[in-house]
Amino acid sequence: MTSSARYKSRAVKSAEDAEEKEYVGFATLPNQVHRKSVKKGFDFTLMVAGESGLGKSTLINSLFLTDLYKDRKLLNAEECILCLERISRTVEIIKHTVDIEEKGVKLKLTIIDTPGFGDAVNNTESWKAITDYIDQQFEQYFRDESGLNRKNIQDNRVHCCLYFIPPFGHGLRPVDVEFMKALQDKVNVVPLISKADCLTPAEMRKMKDRVREEIEKFGIKVYQFPDCDSDEDEEFKQQDRELKESTPFAVIGSNTIVEVKGQRVRGRLYPWGIVEVENQSHCDFVKLRNMLIRSHMHDLKDITCDVHYENYRLRRMQEMLQKMQQQMHEQDL
Amino acid sequence: CNRNDKQYVGFATLPNQVHRKSVKKGFDFTLMVAGESGLGKSTLVNSLFLTDLYKDRKLLNAEERINQTVEITKHTVDIEEKGVKLKLTIVDTPGFGDAVNNNECWKPITDYIDQQFEQYFRDESGLNRKNILDNRVHCCLYFIPPFGHGLRPVDVEFMKALHEKVNIVPLISKADCLTPNEVKKLKDRVRDEIEHFGIKVYQFPECDSDEEEEFKQMDKELKECTPFAVIGSNTVVEARGQRVRGRLYPWGIVEVENQSHCDFVKLRNMLIRSHMHDLKDVTCDVHYENYRAHCIQEMTSKLAQDNRTDSPLPILPLPTPDVETERLIKMKDEEVQNNHH
Repeated sequence: MTSSARYKSRAVKSAEDAEEKEYVGFATLPNQVHRKSVKKGFDFTLMVAGESGLGKSTLINSLFLTDLYKDRKLLNAEECILCLERISRTVEIIKHTVDIEEKGVKLKLTIIDTPGFGDAVNNTESWKAITDYIDQQFEQYFRDESGLNRKNIQDNRVHCCLYFIPPFGHGLRPVDVEFMKALQDKVNVVPLISKADCLTPAEMRKMKDRVREEIEKFGIKVYQFPDCDSDEDEEFKQQDRELKESTPFAVIGSNTIVEVKGQRVRGRLYPWGIVEVENQSHCDFVKLRNMLIRSHMHDLKDITCDVHYENYRLRRMQEMLQKMQQQMHEQDL
Repeated sequence: CNRNDKQYVGFATLPNQVHRKSVKKGFDFTLMVAGESGLGKSTLVNSLFLTDLYKDRKLLNAEERINQTVEITKHTVDIEEKGVKLKLTIVDTPGFGDAVNNNECWKPITDYIDQQFEQYFRDESGLNRKNILDNRVHCCLYFIPPFGHGLRPVDVEFMKALHEKVNIVPLISKADCLTPNEVKKLKDRVRDEIEHFGIKVYQFPECDSDEEEEFKQMDKELKECTPFAVIGSNTVVEARGQRVRGRLYPWGIVEVENQSHCDFVKLRNMLIRSHMHDLKDVTCDVHYENYRAHCIQEMTSKLAQDNRTDSPLPILPLPTPDVETERLIKMKDEEVQNNHH
């Protein structure tokens, strides 16, 4: 009784005077969650994959306004040659972690890079190192989750994989199809058309249509935007529809600032004009950033935890069960 | 001319006679294009020769592409300009470099080139040599993607497999994807790697020492520009009041024939306007002769092995090889190698 009286007096202070009698107050829960999460901070693990030179690191730097790769030693000619000589190059997995803060909210961002993917002459199963890595993170979480002290579980699971498709070619290549099929059940795959400043608007439309058709034909399960609620306003629904029809996003990145109409923007300076990264008529960079960071970052994490990880967990538990049954069977014999 | 009547023999007209005869006879040229699909090979060929060789082409969908092996396709077109006829054959190599596993994907291509040499070799040794059909490949344009930071393993392996069979001209394709600085860096990189791996690409012959300074300067600039960074286009756009071949982007118009945009004009000048005949000569005098010498060596060493006196007549009326013949063959071989360098 006392407690409800306390809530009631709070209600008087709020603007909902008319609904005083029915106001319990749990409407503040989101705010509570909000406050706690700001305190706790967020983390996000993003993987990038695709052949070298497609602008992966440049795009990451543009998206997160970082310079994650400034210490990256781009191999000099001599080392490049040595690499070339190792014709059967192996695929590596490299992690970069950076802590960024914005308006009081902290984000621990981890970028998983996959140098060497798709670069060799023979790329059969070149994605194996990548699928193994993803499985290892799931395995580690699986064990931690089943352990005794679950206070500080380190969550290294990969929340999203940006897959870079080259803008030449006439749609997906065999290696693209095989990569995405190998990863679709382990991670949220977001295919991107990279180096989009290589295609005219008409070519871009054709390429996107082609890629969407082929993704459907091959039954590749890429990350799907959740449908917006039916009670959202018309403008929001329209935006949401446009976003979905724009996929796969065609992106351009840049580490350099150029001057356009008196403003300094990220862009690329060509003899025939200036490409602006954040100009929506030039590429879908803004759409990608909005989707990836501003509206769907949390959904990507949820899908990873609720779908991909749970699938892995289920499979593992089935394996363990089968093994136990086998052992029991052998003991009986 | 009248003043030197006494010393004027008149053979100075020989080039004109050759000229007249060749115009009557017409020319032929076989150009091969190789590189992954989508790098703009057919667009470039159409831009270079102002043709529409590929208008009936059906692009494969992804499913068909997965099972594709490397093919060799030929398109022949007869074009005429100012009374001069050219029978142009383009040899295309669809499927090259597109698979997941590209091990030895150049084998169908090297086999094709060898087959043309083989056919010419037999025809040349035959009885009726009046109408030999020359299908030998005179030049191979190899398209390097503009991404990446230089040559890729497949590029190195392809060029090494072909550099002693055909004149290789490496190109940086889709150059409208690179800023001027990036183009320069990539060209330097590719040139270094070509040298490091000992890849023998087509070398422009040195211009004569008695050419004028301006010509020598142009020649030098041409050589320092390689590998050429090219853009092609099948569409005509309006730029600065003129209708030109180009690509229309939201941020500007790329003009194929604008030398500050790409090296298309340099490539066209080199390939067609000044060095087409040299490419044919090097093919005939170097690559084909290498093949021929190689063939003859194989045959003679085989005969030596067999060591049969009652063997059937060999293709060429060779005596049982003795030391003298072997020496001559070896000498000719060395001569040919020296000419190449």
